[in-house]
Amino acid sequence: MISRSKTSPEHVEVRVLRQAAPQQRSYWERFRVAYEPDMNVISVLQRIAARPRTADGQDVTPVAWDCNCLEEVCGACTMVVNGRVRQSCSALVDRLLEENPAEIELRPMTKFPVLRDLMVDRSRLFRALEKVKAWVPVDSYHDMGAGPRQSPEAQQESYPYSQCMSCGCCLDACPQYRKIELIQRDDETDEQFAARQAATYDRNFVGPHAIAQAILFNQNPTGQMNADERVEALTAPGGVQVCGNAQNCVSVCPKEIPLTTAIAQAGRAATVHSIKRWFDR
Amino acid sequence: MAQQKVVVIGGGLAGLAAAMKLAELGVAVDLVSLTPVKRSHSVCAQGGINSVNDQTRPLGDDEWIHFDDTVYGGDFLQHQPPVKEMAYWAPKIIDLMDRLGVTFNRTPEGFLDRRRFGGTLFKRTAFAGATTGQQLLYALDEQVRRYEVAGLIKKYEYWDFLAPILDAGGQCRGCVIQDLVSMEIRPLAADAVIVASGGPGLIYGRSTMSMACNGSAASRCFQVGVKYANGEFIQVHPTAVPGSDKLRLMSESARGEGGRVWVPRTPQDSRPAAQIPESERYYFLEDRYPEYGNLVPRDIATREIFNVCTKEGLSVESERLCVYLDLTHLPREMLDTKLGGILEIYEKFQGVDPREVPMKIFPAVHYSMGGLWVDYERTADGGLTAASPRNQQTNVPGLFAIGECDYQYHGGNRLGANSLLSCIFSGLYVAPSVVSYFQTREATGEVPPALLEQEGRRHQERHDALLKRRSGKENPYLVHQELGNLMTRAATVVRDNDDLRSAIETVHQLRDRADRCALSDTGNWTNQNVVFTKSLIDMFPLALSILQGALARDECRGAHYKPAFAMPGIEADSPEEKRRLAEAWCDRFEENTKKWLKSTIAEYDSSSREVRLSYEPVDTTLIPPRPRLYGLVGAEVIEEVWKERLASRAGDVSGNGSGAGTKETVAAS
Repeated sequence: MISRSKTSPEHVEVRVLRQAAPQQRSYWERFRVAYEPDMNVISVLQRIAARPRTADGQDVTPVAWDCNCLEEVCGACTMVVNGRVRQSCSALVDRLLEENPAEIELRPMTKFPVLRDLMVDRSRLFRALEKVKAWVPVDSYHDMGAGPRQSPEAQQESYPYSQCMSCGCCLDACPQYRKIELIQRDDETDEQFAARQAATYDRNFVGPHAIAQAILFNQNPTGQMNADERVEALTAPGGVQVCGNAQNCVSVCPKEIPLTTAIAQAGRAATVHSIKRWFDR
Repeated sequence: MAQQKVVVIGGGLAGLAAAMKLAELGVAVDLVSLTPVKRSHSVCAQGGINSVNDQTRPLGDDEWIHFDDTVYGGDFLQHQPPVKEMAYWAPKIIDLMDRLGVTFNRTPEGFLDRRRFGGTLFKRTAFAGATTGQQLLYALDEQVRRYEVAGLIKKYEYWDFLAPILDAGGQCRGCVIQDLVSMEIRPLAADAVIVASGGPGLIYGRSTMSMACNGSAASRCFQVGVKYANGEFIQVHPTAVPGSDKLRLMSESARGEGGRVWVPRTPQDSRPAAQIPESERYYFLEDRYPEYGNLVPRDIATREIFNVCTKEGLSVESERLCVYLDLTHLPREMLDTKLGGILEIYEKFQGVDPREVPMKIFPAVHYSMGGLWVDYERTADGGLTAASPRNQQTNVPGLFAIGECDYQYHGGNRLGANSLLSCIFSGLYVAPSVVSYFQTREATGEVPPALLEQEGRRHQERHDALLKRRSGKENPYLVHQELGNLMTRAATVVRDNDDLRSAIETVHQLRDRADRCALSDTGNWTNQNVVFTKSLIDMFPLALSILQGALARDECRGAHYKPAFAMPGIEADSPEEKRRLAEAWCDRFEENTKKWLKSTIAEYDSSSREVRLSYEPVDTTLIPPRPRLYGLVGAEVIEEVWKERLASRAGDVSGNGSGAGTKETVAAS
């Protein structure tokens, strides 16, 4: 199936950037895992979890990481693999070894606070979806008949956006998306801390994923009725104007979502919105 | 009165549907999930969601036939009223999902497009590419986020459910949960708890299920007294792609859109698939099931693929078992718009383009029809009483179960594209029932703080003891691997009593070994090692329920197949002999129905740590059970005899007995 080097290696060398907890110093650790055909980064991490011993024979704690579906639809297992942010489930060992036969390098995402090892806190990413009101505000969940009819063309235009799994690759690759790591103060309750976090996140860049979701719901025949609210959110501080057009987002998106198209549309909508608002004064 | 609060365990389709509906009814919800809810296993559902629709109605389809297909496909093991209610709700549920913005594929005129799925002859399945579960989940996730902003829903993401809290009267008053990051253990008071924790795939090691599907929440309910029903009914999906970490689903929709399953007639033919001429290909499903073809119900397709590889030795490869699932004859553009999602998965993980080269697939554990026992209240005409507090309630008052973790909708075998339906249906349907429960239950007042504290402390002590445990050298991951291999061998496609007996013994040994596991991480921060070990320990009660249920059930029904008790078709030369054999076959069928058409009920005895089985009758009053004759040799004559028997008894059958009749009309068309 997948082209494999003629002689498969006996072992895979894996270098992992570890960190015991937030705010702690990070450090590299090297592991050696017996090679098996058809491995991916997840199965490598599973082998490490089953036998957490470094390449030089030291017993250590297992590497913590996040994953769930293992078929690249849940968005959980994002990490930086060989320098590239991606889903670790679809990072196949044979391919990675073609890139670099010496080792596989695993690091946590760079734009989110590390919780432990390869686990990061991506709550900011979901907060952005609240900011842009990424939903259809239906009247009720009672039986009101079918939704509006839509052309197959309209469906085909929306569908790619609806595949966004909130993995955060686009954010990690975006030069304008800066890491924010807040620490709960001793005198702060959980609720107060959450509110401070939300306020800080809201002032900073929402990110391409949220812009694309705003566009998705503005395309929806019902969602359209609240298009202004979403565009308003995109013109606020941290909105679409922050985008520096590096276009990294679209190149790392595992679902090939046309993020830059969405950003361009959002930019135009924001301009129109601002002019309209100026006239409405 | 203070505002009522419900804790929902699990943020997949069922849990989210329940949360949003409860919020709409003004009930506060704490939503507890192992993963951020948007990453729940429902995203893995690919093919679609079933309902009767305006395209199938003109062809003679209606809700009753959807209901009939579902119970026939499930080999009549379901209580019929909940299934009937679900079938009648199905069109409304798809309408709602459409209104919520799900990007369903469209017809040229702008209506929802539909495709055909297994176990039916109608195109009932609405779909959004091949990522329907993902799209449906996102729509509900968005609604829940909306209510989160409004302050009615509070999420506990990356929290583990440790146990329900029962008061002295046995009523559920909340639950204990644990933060997977800080490891804090916290009791939550609640007026009701709804468990929507999905399936227990991890008990089988590798399956098509996600890593969060460890069954622990259901097991933790089971261990405090909730009944577990029909555990032995585990669906093995016919088409998955084997992998070293998981078996990746290849949706039934691939066959629904025209995909064909075949093997070379020459065993392990070394030629590339494209070079094997038609005449040398064995389309064994189409051959053996001319009517349903590649879309026979899953249990049947699975057994055929399994047998063609094992018994008949026709596996495509010699090193590992697999058959071809072929889409290469279909137009590329259609494949991209209707199946893009799954084809990308195959391409990414196998490095081969399935539009050019047939996929290699093999069956994999996929879904649990069994689950936590739940109740319902029946109306006179055989539906459910809306908002009855009994609906979806377990035998522990105040503890409800919905979605894959309840046992109610799929009987012995689930039809494709019915699970998304049952999850959303049970989630929406439970909400008013929970509200009624508040009104009808005896006034209990505030949850005693001492109870909360005591339960929190108990779990803290268990946790601390695990961390401190020095004895034992067992490795939880290796024990899990052994458990998975054992379960896959003993309790999947083909079951044998000797194997099951020995598996039960081994599971006891594995459980004792799991008790002696040593942790490689004894810290108290994001300790995945201790969380996994706890979930492993909690796999054994369910594993025993599955195995013991399978051992006891000496018959073949749906996904539960024991060759020793199979009822083979009939072959004879003379019509008289055929007739005689068919009579005998029907006698045996009736006997077996009397003996085995009942739900397996498992109960856990926490002092002995043993599982005890009992049985409960099934309400089959709406559609009389009839033989499942898909592809059986001699089916025509058996069906003839069966119809005569039914007709002679027509006077005795009360209520709407049209199901069987309607079904046969359809099957004959």
